[in-house]
Amino acid sequence: MSILSDIAAGLQKGEDDRVAELVRQALDENREAVTILNEGLIAGMRVVGEQFRVREIFLPDVLLAARAMYAGLGLLKPLLARDGIPTAGKVVIGSVQGDLHDIGKNLVGIMLAGAGFEVIDLGNDVAPHRFVDEARDRGASVIGLSALLTTTMPVMKDVVDLVRSQGLHGKVRVIVGGAPVSDAWARQIGADAYGYDAASAVERIRTLAGAQA
Amino acid sequence: MKERVDWPPVETVPDRAEVLRLQGIPGGVALPRRIVQILDEAMAVYTEAAEPRALVQDISCEAFAAVYRGEGRNAPVTPIEGVVDRAKTLMLFVATVGGCVTERIRDLFARNEPAHAAMLDSVASAATDRLALLLGHRYPAAARDAAPNDVRTLGYSPGYCGWHVSGQRALFETLGPEAIGVTLNASFLMDPLKSVSGVLVAGPGEIHRFKPSWAFCADCRDKPCLGRMPSLPIASTAGAMSRGVEGA
Repeated sequence: MSILSDIAAGLQKGEDDRVAELVRQALDENREAVTILNEGLIAGMRVVGEQFRVREIFLPDVLLAARAMYAGLGLLKPLLARDGIPTAGKVVIGSVQGDLHDIGKNLVGIMLAGAGFEVIDLGNDVAPHRFVDEARDRGASVIGLSALLTTTMPVMKDVVDLVRSQGLHGKVRVIVGGAPVSDAWARQIGADAYGYDAASAVERIRTLAGAQA
Repeated sequence: MKERVDWPPVETVPDRAEVLRLQGIPGGVALPRRIVQILDEAMAVYTEAAEPRALVQDISCEAFAAVYRGEGRNAPVTPIEGVVDRAKTLMLFVATVGGCVTERIRDLFARNEPAHAAMLDSVASAATDRLALLLGHRYPAAARDAAPNDVRTLGYSPGYCGWHVSGQRALFETLGPEAIGVTLNASFLMDPLKSVSGVLVAGPGEIHRFKPSWAFCADCRDKPCLGRMPSLPIASTAGAMSRGVEGA
């Protein structure tokens, strides 16, 4: 078994210390950071994602794997940046203005990072212009909006409208999610996608970011 | 009558199966030891950090009608109207597990412990539901004493069953739960987040029965009504309660 397979296996078991140790070892063996990322960490997270999709494993397993992913990624990030290796994409996420719920948004952020995306988490109670300003200024291709109240859902439309009025439609895609949100709502407000849960949000964002590239 | 209730945290610890259900883990699954350990730790943190408390107040049908009307944004027809019309006693309530638990959840996320954070969030959500269940067992005492085998008490919350979440404002103005440290923001969101509000409706069990086939039911993912209805004829129970968010 290669060290990259070991990294992937350790990640699937959520062994963060072990993954960090193996990544260090792989770097010492002069393996390229991007290879360790793609064939070790991301390969491991793909398996985790698939096992989660078919309910072989559950949310805690995925989050333990994500923590292990961070442990390895933390060591690789400076090297990837030095080598100019692009991430899977940049995504701005946050809970919309008036909404203080952040558990769902946090889970999406963790799973996105695990899938190799650079996540710009604006937190909760975020004003529409902040989403758009951050996406434009930092070159993000996707904005992810979370709302858990019907009273805060309309803010999602404000963000979509702002993206259009600033001429960013087509360059910056908007995905929405949260308990009261639906696919029909996403279509009604002109959002590009709807994520039923964290796992499906990551899949949709992967598609959106790919379409953007 | 208006009364404050405080519980020792240990009395409000939720059922493990309910916590796991909120994590998307079905009953009967053999859990790996590491998940059991995370659950145990989350339960322990909850017991240490929670400050469970509630405020309840009797309200007449007429006064409740004004609270329920709120800002006039309810669905045109809702099951709550039919339930309340046949009730013996109504009580407004707000209950919370306090803000410390939410702080601990955020702290765990900040320390890159997402599995522990998410599990604690589920424990706190299930415990918040349990507070309403406990209130339903305790109140209204007079109605239960008069007909202990007949009266069932269930809670209904703004944001569910067609009662628009903006109804929170009138409920808060009437009850004044700021006295137990629960406030409302402009979006009708309660702070602390892990809080539940609504009306306890006591009456014959059958008044709580309705088919969840209303237009707004399509947007309700959890359908807690389905979980509590089957238990109605058997024992006095409040069943699972909503947490003051709409359409969850």
